[in-house]
Amino acid sequence: MSAFFAMGGYAIYVWPAYAVFFIVLIADYINPSLRRRRNLRELRSRMARQAARQQRNPSAP
Amino acid sequence: MANWIPLWVHKLSSPPNFYRFAGVVRPWALGLALILGAIALYGGLVLAPADYQQGDAYRIIFIHVPSAWMGLFIYGLMAVASFISLVWRIKLAEVVAMESAPIGAAFTFITLVTGSLWGKPMWGTWWTWDARLTSELVLLFLYLGVIGLYHSFEDRRQGARAAAFLAIIGIINVPIVHFSVNWWNTLHQGSTVRILGPSHISTDMLWPLLTMMVATKFYYIASLFGRVRTDLLSMESGKDWVRQIAGAHGSADAVSAGRAEAAEREARR
Repeated sequence: MSAFFAMGGYAIYVWPAYAVFFIVLIADYINPSLRRRRNLRELRSRMARQAARQQRNPSAP
Repeated sequence: MANWIPLWVHKLSSPPNFYRFAGVVRPWALGLALILGAIALYGGLVLAPADYQQGDAYRIIFIHVPSAWMGLFIYGLMAVASFISLVWRIKLAEVVAMESAPIGAAFTFITLVTGSLWGKPMWGTWWTWDARLTSELVLLFLYLGVIGLYHSFEDRRQGARAAAFLAIIGIINVPIVHFSVNWWNTLHQGSTVRILGPSHISTDMLWPLLTMMVATKFYYIASLFGRVRTDLLSMESGKDWVRQIAGAHGSADAVSAGRAEAAEREARR
């Protein structure tokens, strides 16, 4: 097992390469879902404000 | 739209339909990417023998080469989508083009970094201004240029149009990257895997490489569809279908918070 992690002495090159691969792709994957959640939250509070305004003043657009 | 395009394409390209379609496809694409990626890594890191010249350092190939292929593939797709968005003004094509750019940039960045980590032990240098490396760096800058141009306009559709032009012009770099190892005498090795003719690689090493290539394709679908869904929601935020989604998603907490806030303001008045 330790031979596997040693990568024939090239561990300091092989494992960072794999780490970069996974870190960059995970960041790429997570980013839009965070953005989506934030956008939906903003939209919801905008809708709530609109609903409240309409309640207060039904004739206004 | 031109009438030779089948009706289902037209239907699918409407934002609410594509939003739903992408939501169904995305988890399957990610699942396949993870399973195939795990198989490829097991084949590449454990089963494949060490290289007779490079020892175990060559194992970087299993992520370096698929990432490089994806960098070029995504660029081509982005340019085609840009062309479609400019000619037919299809909103979905525009979103696909603009949301492909960050994924392509991510893969190109991975290619450059893993290549650097491979180059140090094998060539004795992290970086050299050779044709393949330089053109790959230009590819990254083209991606960053497309992303930057898109975000530099107040009106996002105007930004997308400008960025689409840059994406189409930049396609000239794709064959340069691909053929740079043949056209110039470079430090970078030539292609090992060939579509025409035999590949210069043993089967033990070839199958994990090709499996990883398929895995990265599925990853691209999963990532792109997530990004497109996000973008469609924010582009169409005034439309009814988005409001329904926002309403269904909210555990009503945001709505009630908004109402409470409004009521409070009312009371103070």
